[in-house]
Amino acid sequence: MSVTLDIRLKRANKVYREGETVAGVILLICKEALQHHGISLSMEGVVNLQLSSKSVGVFEAFYNSVKPIQLISSNIEVAKAGKIPGGKTEIPFEFPLHTKGNKVLYETYHGVFVNIQYSLRCDMKRSLLAKDLSRSCEFIVHCQPQKSKVIPTPVNFTITPDTLQSREKNSLPKFLIRGHLDATNCVISLPLTGEVVVENSDVPIKSIELQLVRVETCGCAEGYARDATEIQNIQIAEGDVCHGLAIPIYMIFPRLFTCPTLETTNFKVGGVI
Amino acid sequence: MAAVQWRSRGRNYDAELQRCGLEAALVDFGDYHPLKPIMVTDTKTRRGTRKGSTSSSSSSSSSAPPDPLSSMLDGTDPLSMFAAASATETPTMSHSSSTGDLGRRKREKEEEAVGPDFEPWSLKRGEILARFTTTEKLSINLFMGSDRGKATSQGSAVSEKVRTRLEELDDLEEGSQRELLNLSQQDYANRIEELNQSLKEAWSSDQKVKALKIVIQCSKLLSDTSVIQFYPSKFVLITDILDTFGRLVYDRIWTMCSDPRPLPDNFTVEDVNDTAKETCLNWFYKIASIRELLPRLYVEAAILKCNRFLNKSAIQETLPRLTAMIRGIGDPLVAAYARAYLCRVGMEVAPHLKESLNRNFFDLLGTFRQISSENVRAQLVLQMVEMPEYLTLYSPAISWILQCIAYRAPESLLTEMMERCKKLGNNALLLNSVMRAFRPEFVAARATDFIGMIKDCDEAGFPKHLLFGSLGRSLASADPPESERLTILNEAWKVITKVRSPQDYINCAEIWVEFTCRHFTKREVNTILADIIKHMTPDRAFEDAYPQLQTVIPVQSVELHFQFLLFSVLQERFLPFLDMFQKDSVRVEVCKSIMEVFIKHQVELTRDPVILNAMLHICKTMHDSVNALTLEDEKRSLALLIIGFIRMVSFGRDFEQQLSFCVEARATFCNLEPVLVQLIHTVNQLAMETRRVMRGNHSRKTAAFVRACAAYSFITIPSLSSIFSRLSLYLLSGQVALANQCLSQADAFLKAAVSILPEVPRSISVEGKLRSSESFLLDFINSFLATLLVIPDHPEHGVLYLVRGLLNMVQDYTWEDNSDAKVRVYISALPLLAAMSQETYLYSIPKVDSNETLYGGDPKFLSEINKLCETLIGQILDHLKTLGRDESTRRQGALAFSLFGVLLAHGDLRNNKLSQLAVNLWNLSHKHGYCETRTSVRTLEFIKHQTQQPDMAHLSDMVQRLTLQSRT
Repeated sequence: MSVTLDIRLKRANKVYREGETVAGVILLICKEALQHHGISLSMEGVVNLQLSSKSVGVFEAFYNSVKPIQLISSNIEVAKAGKIPGGKTEIPFEFPLHTKGNKVLYETYHGVFVNIQYSLRCDMKRSLLAKDLSRSCEFIVHCQPQKSKVIPTPVNFTITPDTLQSREKNSLPKFLIRGHLDATNCVISLPLTGEVVVENSDVPIKSIELQLVRVETCGCAEGYARDATEIQNIQIAEGDVCHGLAIPIYMIFPRLFTCPTLETTNFKVGGVI
Repeated sequence: MAAVQWRSRGRNYDAELQRCGLEAALVDFGDYHPLKPIMVTDTKTRRGTRKGSTSSSSSSSSSAPPDPLSSMLDGTDPLSMFAAASATETPTMSHSSSTGDLGRRKREKEEEAVGPDFEPWSLKRGEILARFTTTEKLSINLFMGSDRGKATSQGSAVSEKVRTRLEELDDLEEGSQRELLNLSQQDYANRIEELNQSLKEAWSSDQKVKALKIVIQCSKLLSDTSVIQFYPSKFVLITDILDTFGRLVYDRIWTMCSDPRPLPDNFTVEDVNDTAKETCLNWFYKIASIRELLPRLYVEAAILKCNRFLNKSAIQETLPRLTAMIRGIGDPLVAAYARAYLCRVGMEVAPHLKESLNRNFFDLLGTFRQISSENVRAQLVLQMVEMPEYLTLYSPAISWILQCIAYRAPESLLTEMMERCKKLGNNALLLNSVMRAFRPEFVAARATDFIGMIKDCDEAGFPKHLLFGSLGRSLASADPPESERLTILNEAWKVITKVRSPQDYINCAEIWVEFTCRHFTKREVNTILADIIKHMTPDRAFEDAYPQLQTVIPVQSVELHFQFLLFSVLQERFLPFLDMFQKDSVRVEVCKSIMEVFIKHQVELTRDPVILNAMLHICKTMHDSVNALTLEDEKRSLALLIIGFIRMVSFGRDFEQQLSFCVEARATFCNLEPVLVQLIHTVNQLAMETRRVMRGNHSRKTAAFVRACAAYSFITIPSLSSIFSRLSLYLLSGQVALANQCLSQADAFLKAAVSILPEVPRSISVEGKLRSSESFLLDFINSFLATLLVIPDHPEHGVLYLVRGLLNMVQDYTWEDNSDAKVRVYISALPLLAAMSQETYLYSIPKVDSNETLYGGDPKFLSEINKLCETLIGQILDHLKTLGRDESTRRQGALAFSLFGVLLAHGDLRNNKLSQLAVNLWNLSHKHGYCETRTSVRTLEFIKHQTQQPDMAHLSDMVQRLTLQSRT
């Protein structure tokens, strides 16, 4: 007896904001009528923290994982024990997205050491002979868009051998790279833009890459652990580009892996020579 | 039924004729006849000299078209009409495109949203593939991630799925790396095609990630310039894959939206549902996270069209962004092609967005100095590629970009572009592309400017002859101002003539010949041809340049009046020019094309010795190419061309000259039978023409000439292998000889015809199938019999010697078993004999005394005829009896009925026995009921009608004895 259980959210992009209602249907498709001991649906939002092995020891990192923080949790019974007729059955549901108390609904975020995840889980209990069915479905929470308009503050930068924090400054060839970013505080839903100009370089350039780095901070036994990891690395120039020509910097933030407020993002433009 | 006494019915042909059909309205032999070919006087060339000479049928005077088919085709042929249309439509490319892909081009044009005058990419594509080839070994470097993608369980949460996907994308570096080395160009193309297939497969089996991966890997290949000569072709192959991918994605999203009803073509963003939008966005996000620049750029460009689902202005915003992104590509060649691709996609998706096209071009100009950078130089040295060759690699990309820009662009923009090019120090490469991409009219109007610019630009890098080649191409399709033409030609040729390499030289010269032919007189053409010969002769350089040389000739023929200038005056240039084609097959091709033009456009008959000499030379070349291995069709077409030429030759009143020409032609073209046949016809026609001129009275001289003609035919005919053409030519020549009062010659012809009758095979092959020759033979014998009526008996042989000879041959001939052919010949001989026994014959030949005058109705002669008839009837009746025995009653009936008809028409039925025989035959034919009632009824009516005539009253008795069989 085959049965498929699925959760379909109304919104195709599965993005919800605080205060909105997560609505959808539970979809059951079975050929014959189906006996069950109840269907329940739960919504959960958790922050998972894990310690980096760099800041604490390997073993601590393994054992000492911090307890998950629950942001939101609710449970409803969709159907009492009974029978579902054969064919396609849709059971609609709605969850209001409200926090309890002073908790804040953080944005969905998938990082290395920090994970914020929201999910819906539907369980169908069945008799002893048949396995229980369950299905989970992630949805994404975004913050309310900022009310006040961010005034973009363009920033200029210059890279020369002198500005690099490198030990062997003398062995580096001479070069001068200028550029600007259109804003230091970026709106996360808009791409990061800017320009970079290779004014001169003694050696032909192989590649210019744009690296998006995140810094995650975790509280743990010995205080705080700060870790910087790469999220995305995008090549913006390949080969020996024309000197003096502005090359655009353009990066769309991968939405799942970045998040605006909790952590700070840091950008680094690295010219690989 | 014992021997029957034959009596021929006396006939008064004149009276009969008067009775029969005087009332009949005179058929108007005016203009209209359904079978007459519809002659369209050549509209293309608008020659006044060609009269609509449809009336040429009777005399077959050589103003008739060379063959009816080609004359039909002339003008009305849909294919050539297309060709003509396209020649005017897209003149720039007429020289490179064959008519074969015309249809395809037309179709594709219709699909193109941009408009029909925009040359589509698909055309360039083939050109590039053919042009940029390499013999170097290529390699494909593919990183295919492990197949983990398949293992992802369906049930996992979205985040996981997305993560694995992204991981896979990142994973590629660690994944299994496949490097294929040592691929030949063909292998390479095959591999790419395989990738294309696997892309489609992956897509259809729902492995979207794998599909994306393939596309990314492919576009990554474009950053590899290791075999640089092949890069343009590689670009073409790989962009094919990108196109496929773009189409797949677009179609998928489109079907997602067209769930309840399909989206209209001009849908707006509001019509798109959320799921589709989300999928579309996902694609873009995925692509935005591709690490490398080049794949990110190409793949996003490939699905540019999908922006339509998201946002109205998305394309408008994306194009400039992508354009700017290209700045990040260091290698100038890679960048140029990336720009070309972007322009191409942009043109397809949003042709109205000109701005980014211009932006692209200006960026290109801005980065132009990159070409001479250290990096590039080092690479070229490494790959042993010369700078000029390297620069030509750019030309497809740049000309494509320029073409996009120039398409329906205002004049001012073009001028601006030109100015910008000038500022860059007249870079030759740019100049070349400008000349190729901009409208020929535009270029032609500024031809002098361009020449100045070409002169100014630096020689290094890009050879000037290529520039002049491009200029020439524009000028060939659009006319420069009249006053400047000569200077242009002089300036251009000054450079061209200095080109060292024969190959380069001919490539360039070929183009300019057309220009020269269009606008100048024979003197200039002559000079240029001489120059070409001078250049191509040393070291047998011409051997490598056959295709180009070959095009020189049709080019000339486009402008026919020049062609004839060439023929008549440029003899000393033209034939040596032809001699440059030393490879046989090429030479024959060239000759053929010349002949075609000649036949098509030569309107007047000619006797010009120069033309004749040249054409004879050409025809001889064609003829000499025929050998045992030549295909039948090839032979036929060659023969047709030569025949066309022969028909064009006329020496007017100088008949002897014409005859000697035919003698010469016979010697020259002895291997092509159709030509010989044509020659015999020509000579026969010549004899008849002589007769016409002399008004039937030959002088001694003309009589001798006519006999010479007959002799010519007589000795030529036996060399033919086809028995039926021999027979019919014998007959025809005999008739001609008779008409010219050459009795003994006529006799000889007919005797020869009779003597070869036994050789006729029982089956002959008609169009490759074996057919019985019987019907052909019967036809021939019938017309032969008709001729025999007027042939006077030979004084030394017996009475009716030819008729007897023929009948004997017929008797001895091994007819097919079970065939009535022999008896049919007998039956048809009866009317002849009956006609021979008349006092005056039905027809006669002026100045030739037929038997009627020779014998003057001598009773002995008549009885001889009657005896012969009786023998024949006896034979026929015997045959009828055997048929009755064999139970072939249907055939028996038919034969009996036709004999009855002959008796009725030609026999004297007052004779009781004959009339009894007729009645018997009637009954016999009706005995088995195979007779067609309608025919019988009509026959009866005819007889009744006949009884009304005087001296036919006896028939009324007979009518009463003829009973109609009831229809049972």
